Amino acid sequence: MNFERIKEKLNILADAAKYDVSCASSGSNRKNTNKGLGNSTGMGICHSYTEDGRCVSLLKILLTNHCIYDCAYCVTRKSNDVKRAAFKIQEVVDLTINFYRRNYIEGLFLSSGIFKSPDHTMERLVQVAKKLRLEENFNGYIHLKSIPGCSDELMYEAGLYADRLSVNIEVPTISGLKLLAPEKKHEDFTKPMLKVKNELIRYNNERKIIKSTPKYAPAGQSTQMIVGATGETDKDIMYSATYYYKQFHMKRVYYSGYVPVIQDERLPSVTSQVPMLRENRLYQTDWLLRFYGFSITEILDKNHPNLDPDVDPKLSWALRNLHLFPVDINTAEKHMLLRIPGLGVKSAHKIIQARKYRKLNWEHLKKLGVALNRAQYFIRCTAKDQVRKDLPAERIKGLILQNSTGKFRSNFSTQLSLFN
Amino acid sequence: MNSFATTLVYDGSFNGFLTTVFIAFEEKLHVADIQKEYQAQSGLFSNTETVFTDNSKAERVWNGLKKKNYNTLTSIYFAFLSENEGIEFILYCFIKTMMAQQNFKGIDYGDASALHISQLAKKVGREKHRMEAFVRFQLTKDQIYFANIEPDFNVLPLISKHFKNRYADQEWLIYDTKRKYGIYYDLHKVEMVDLELNEIHFNRTRKSEVFEENEYQYQNLWTNYFNSTNIKSRINKKLHQQHVPKRYWKYLSEKKDAV
Repeated sequence: MNFERIKEKLNILADAAKYDVSCASSGSNRKNTNKGLGNSTGMGICHSYTEDGRCVSLLKILLTNHCIYDCAYCVTRKSNDVKRAAFKIQEVVDLTINFYRRNYIEGLFLSSGIFKSPDHTMERLVQVAKKLRLEENFNGYIHLKSIPGCSDELMYEAGLYADRLSVNIEVPTISGLKLLAPEKKHEDFTKPMLKVKNELIRYNNERKIIKSTPKYAPAGQSTQMIVGATGETDKDIMYSATYYYKQFHMKRVYYSGYVPVIQDERLPSVTSQVPMLRENRLYQTDWLLRFYGFSITEILDKNHPNLDPDVDPKLSWALRNLHLFPVDINTAEKHMLLRIPGLGVKSAHKIIQARKYRKLNWEHLKKLGVALNRAQYFIRCTAKDQVRKDLPAERIKGLILQNSTGKFRSNFSTQLSLFN
Repeated sequence: MNSFATTLVYDGSFNGFLTTVFIAFEEKLHVADIQKEYQAQSGLFSNTETVFTDNSKAERVWNGLKKKNYNTLTSIYFAFLSENEGIEFILYCFIKTMMAQQNFKGIDYGDASALHISQLAKKVGREKHRMEAFVRFQLTKDQIYFANIEPDFNVLPLISKHFKNRYADQEWLIYDTKRKYGIYYDLHKVEMVDLELNEIHFNRTRKSEVFEENEYQYQNLWTNYFNSTNIKSRINKKLHQQHVPKRYWKYLSEKKDAV
């Protein structure tokens, strides 16, 4: 191995791949067989964290950053003047194996710029995965990017070797896509998704009859949307996320705050800030949908097209629905406990366990780790408790903001903007 | 019945602790404390009795607990491995209340010591997970993948299965520099090995003779990858340190320049 050359390629192709935020390495069930290398069952592992605080779990690289397309939001677009490089298939295999053996990574996340044609590119990606599985007996995690516009046959083959497949929708609205990536059609993105979804259903049905049915993309599929590049609302983003969860059985939808990399009049200027607070609020909403039993219409609608940057979306929902509160901690059902601001899935579980033994009071809740600074306005421990004193929503919000610190509070202050 | 309470002394192993629980139940002892033999201090008003580890007695306690509730069993084992001072007695009392219940309803998070045990178990679990992430193997000239770690709690027994399943086709050794023992996989089974290493192999910039020639090339590639995957306009060092606390940096090849 020529280490100097590999190092150069790795720097270019890792740098170009880092805007893909998916880092999951969980959800697969590929066991180590025949004393091979690797095991991906159960939990994912984050082996390190970069200085921006994002986890490093997979070797995330592009096969090449040569690309025939010219999508405005993408750093590897054809017209961008950057250094180009390409890995050989064997080089990716060797890197993956050697990193994995040293416990640096959980596996490989391989994406690519599109060279020659979508099929030609996808075929190379599949070859890497196939080689790892069949020649190296590798059972670690493999995430392959589906190339928009590639054929169903290749998508089928990809699923046989990969744990997860993903196509990034990138632009949440069709009008935005026309503006920023005029060469791509919406169907180019959804066609591979549909194929994967159908194969997953087919394989799962066959597995019910024949237990030894081989695996097909056991960790499912995911997608990603760029936030803040085309002036879309939070409602646009979350409604389309919900569509992808339902329509294509996505395991995850990722939201990636647009990092300005190129000067282009269709995009925010290169000096603009990465919308990290907004991204955070979108993930909170995503969690409410997946783990807290909320439906998207409760959180965002045409009267509330954007999330409140001041407070988290659950608190914001609760303030608009004060008639449902206070909730009695000792009698409420789980689905209602989960709707209390400041109370998460784990606290709800602990409360349900603990109240089998005794009636819980405020002291108990504090020790269990409930965020009382928010929860106190929405709960009671006995019928006599009168904490809320029928305060109006605005007053509760004010009190909560006054008595807490937020990690994004410093970048955000509506009051100051009045005087600017 | 003896009016004095008894302090039980055991060898420090988990089986030893379970044997102690067995003896206390069988002899209906009034237990004052449970101590490790190398830390034992006799109390003024209590008798001291030494317990000899008996694996079959330990197993009976283990199975009894398992029948009550499997999740709680894990919490007990994890909390024990925290090596917290006085944890044995807290666990003993907890086991006593647990066994006294006809139908065990799960951990009572409203009870201070039950909550304490579950929180300790959580901490140990977190450390276990961290070690599964932060072990960095270096390939030695005799083809053994070697890593040294310094976990806050005694988690080697908890991570051995994970590494055995994962690295089934390579010899490896993980060494706990604080507790002076390691786990070694010889391609067939994992063994505990007592070792007194005279040199701790931090991931230093200075190279060591014992490792393969290419080893440092791969560390270099990895560090390069680590740096180029960082997005500078999103820098958040506080979050970075929260996830990778400084005390682990000296064993991580990608952080060796930062130490």
